[in-house]
Amino acid sequence: MISQFFILSSKGDPLIYKDFRGDTGGRDVAELFYRKLTGLSGDESPVVMHHDDRHFIHIRHSGLYLVATTSENISPFSLLELLSRLATLLGDYCGSLNEGTISRNVALVYELLDEVLDYGYVQTTSMEMLRNFIQTEAVVSKPFSLFDLSSVGLFGAETQQSKVAPSSAASRPVLASRSDQSQKNEVFLDVVERLSVLIASNGSLLKVDVQGEIRLKSFLPSGSEMRIGLTEEFCVGKSELRGYGPGIRVDEVSFHSSVLLEEFESHRILRLQPPQGELTVMRYQLSDDLPSPLPFRLFPSVQWDRGSGRLQVYLKLRCDLPPKSQALNVRLHLPLPRGVVSLSQELSGPEQKAELGEGALRWDLPRVQGGSQLSGLFQMDVPGLPGPPGQGPSTSAPLGLGPASLSFELPRHTCSGLQVRFLRLAFRPCGNTNPHKWVRHLSHSDAYVIRI
Amino acid sequence: MPYLGSEDVVKELKKALCNPHVQADRLRYRNVIQRVIRMPKLDQWGQAEVLNFLLRYQPRSEEELFDILNLLDSFLKSSSPGVVMGATKLFLILAKKFPHVQTDVLVQVKGPLLAACSSESRELCFAALCHVRQILHSLPGHFSSHYKKFFCSYSEPHYIKLQKVEVLCELVNDENVQQVLEELRGYCTDVSADFAQAAIFAIGGIARTYTDQCVQILTELLGLRQEHITTVVVQTFRDLVWLCPQCTEAVCQALPGCEENIQDSEGKQALIWLLGVHGERIPNAPYVLEDFVENVKSETFPAVKMELLTALLRLFLSRPAECQDMLGRLLHYCIEEEKDMAVRDRGLFYYRLLLAGIDGVKQILCSPKSDPSLGLLEDQAERPVNSWASDFNTLVPVYGKARWATISKYQGPERRGPELPNAASFATSGPLIPEESKETVQELPDSGALMLVPNSQLTAEYFEKTWFSLKVAHQQVFPWRGAVHPDTLQMALQVVNIQTIAMSRAGAQPWKAYLSAQDDTGCLFLTELLLEPENSEMQISVKQNEPRTETLNSFISVLETVLGTIGDIKS
Repeated sequence: MISQFFILSSKGDPLIYKDFRGDTGGRDVAELFYRKLTGLSGDESPVVMHHDDRHFIHIRHSGLYLVATTSENISPFSLLELLSRLATLLGDYCGSLNEGTISRNVALVYELLDEVLDYGYVQTTSMEMLRNFIQTEAVVSKPFSLFDLSSVGLFGAETQQSKVAPSSAASRPVLASRSDQSQKNEVFLDVVERLSVLIASNGSLLKVDVQGEIRLKSFLPSGSEMRIGLTEEFCVGKSELRGYGPGIRVDEVSFHSSVLLEEFESHRILRLQPPQGELTVMRYQLSDDLPSPLPFRLFPSVQWDRGSGRLQVYLKLRCDLPPKSQALNVRLHLPLPRGVVSLSQELSGPEQKAELGEGALRWDLPRVQGGSQLSGLFQMDVPGLPGPPGQGPSTSAPLGLGPASLSFELPRHTCSGLQVRFLRLAFRPCGNTNPHKWVRHLSHSDAYVIRI
Repeated sequence: MPYLGSEDVVKELKKALCNPHVQADRLRYRNVIQRVIRMPKLDQWGQAEVLNFLLRYQPRSEEELFDILNLLDSFLKSSSPGVVMGATKLFLILAKKFPHVQTDVLVQVKGPLLAACSSESRELCFAALCHVRQILHSLPGHFSSHYKKFFCSYSEPHYIKLQKVEVLCELVNDENVQQVLEELRGYCTDVSADFAQAAIFAIGGIARTYTDQCVQILTELLGLRQEHITTVVVQTFRDLVWLCPQCTEAVCQALPGCEENIQDSEGKQALIWLLGVHGERIPNAPYVLEDFVENVKSETFPAVKMELLTALLRLFLSRPAECQDMLGRLLHYCIEEEKDMAVRDRGLFYYRLLLAGIDGVKQILCSPKSDPSLGLLEDQAERPVNSWASDFNTLVPVYGKARWATISKYQGPERRGPELPNAASFATSGPLIPEESKETVQELPDSGALMLVPNSQLTAEYFEKTWFSLKVAHQQVFPWRGAVHPDTLQMALQVVNIQTIAMSRAGAQPWKAYLSAQDDTGCLFLTELLLEPENSEMQISVKQNEPRTETLNSFISVLETVLGTIGDIKS
């Protein structure tokens, strides 16, 4: 049960403020929160803060702060879940959640808040029930057009069928506005995986963890039944065995409460009747046992002449993806010892870029093809650097040459191997054209750390 | 009222739960609960609310308890973290007499908690980590096999990394200690000094059980000659030799050379202490201390100087020849030239002690120490689950116990006033004091009634001063029989927010009491109760700091009712 709810921009400007119970403070609470947040010392957690007799709890979403205050000692999990759900709901209604869309749709946001929370208690957050009450329509910045190909990315591209949708295709308001009836019924299904890897300095793999989600964004009218078929050989848990060969395995799976699982056991098919809007159908995780090799291996070699202060770092990056795949927006971030003076570099490809900034080296590779090897030689001057004692050049890394972390995206690739075989809609809305179904698979790095 | 699916269920639930004498209406309550639990169409918010309401319910029999637990089992597997945690808390509280059920539930909730710890949402991750720590206090081995999930990743914010390091420190066991220590060792050379220091302290924590490996790692860290690392390592050593005397030898071998890299007060204190207590095993101890003594004039921290005095005296007892001269100079400086009085006092004390004879000094400074292993056992005593079960799934673990204690001090009692005690006497006398019936859901009190608020800040001096400055606003006598029981009266007055400033003990003649109360507008009521030796009537004198007859009359009636009830009980 919350007392107030407000949304601040990333700079602390209040965009939305709503007081539900009228029992604590007034509008200045928002400013108080921001001041307190920016004044926190490094080791204090900003998630829950206390002032006077109010608790402030907040989440950050797309740069905005969504904050709730309460004076009761309530469950932090429920409250955080409520804030996340509100963020998703606002995103569904306004198209996407950022400062611009909120400022354009202030009336809609207040109406939503009125319906979702009554006197601080949650009434409902389900799209179905809310659409009966919400009258205001969302204002979008420009009408969406499928022919706007200037921002086409490689996502969602089925090159054989030459159907392409830009990645912003899903970010329009879910409910059709009354004036525009020509919007197509569409369904977007994303299989998104986050990869966390930790590799020790001798090259051994310390930790690998994949967190995956199957997310559905449906613009179809509620009640349309849909069946999602996953790879048949995928096994849950360590002891299950299906099909021939090593198969695809995940450790744990959890489903949204509205998913029907009768056919899951036999054919790995999920059945559900999704409401309009966003929904996480399935969550799964996998650790320690990836079927495919890791996407990247780094082979660093460090030469450090303590006497002259010259540090030479040679990085060889090998991409172990299958030859037809590629990795996009690869960035290697390598913290450097304090006092690095200059940097000279030799890179193996023309489109790469490396620069020194904030005490670290940033090496950008826009596109890396599977199976390729890229290298970069970086020479730096680091006068007066402390480290393990010993004169003359050494190959051990000096202090401060931190672990290298990679960030990248792997389109059309899932690290666990899980794929969506089909997406079928059982109900065909009469009068409308065949709904479009967009399925994409995507992996990206969460924390890919290689120690030097 | 939260919306739970249909209007009449809400009405029934309201009626059942708003009745304070729940246990008096068991049958209806139980039926409502059963019906509510079986409602299939609740959404996750409704489910969380129901789980919260059920915390108040006491099952009558073991059979009923397991009945409820079976019905709620499905909630533990929900996809909503709020519902899962709410169900876990309910299980823990309902099953407080069955520790094996509690352990079972905690095993079932391991999966969701670990998933939350690796969640994309940082805030959820943090809340989950705090709860993991809470569980580890009672079941230290619970997450040991999943230690890899708590490795810190480079991009995480500082507060999450700190929590993870604490968790790693607490889940160490024989199988994972090697990997955990290696990981922590990697953190010790992290770019962020705060984080590195936290990792070193964590290694110090693990060192209590796995001393040899940790001391080796810490010694290696000293070799890096980094200021922020060395100071924390020396502090860790100081704490360690106290608890684990077996590592003293290794520590003493590692110490020489550190003094060059320590500049801050804490580090210096730790080093000096170690040199003083174990100086006979460290060859160059006197020379290091001599350095400090030479520079004592420019030393800015008085704590360091105090530590230096004690340490040098200790070392003098074991190596007199080398330290005599230094000690003399140090004492001379502290007594004659030092401006900080605490340091001077200590110097003077030691000087006089030395004058009294060397045997006296030995007795005082080198007496047998307390057995450190006792402290270690107490520290590690596992707290039973029931001690924190009611805090699970609330904001208490997120803040931490210490912070929560300071917060709840500020908050004071609830706005709605204190709850009625279970004394039967109050129940029979009907609505005792009309202003106080907060169980019926009344949002605002009437403007004419009196709302007394607790004011614990009124001191005796202030009372006295105000008492003498005001004139008596109202005086009356109240029929009374027999002696007064001060404790009962004080408690009864406390319930209605009337504070007792002073009260004579039972049987005193004449018997007097001074009371104070404050209403929500800030108007003070000061009261004197006087019972003459004849014991037939009590004289009440009330003084009010703002002349308001209405509220005065209300206050008098409150007071009379309390006195009347007390009088009725004992007679």
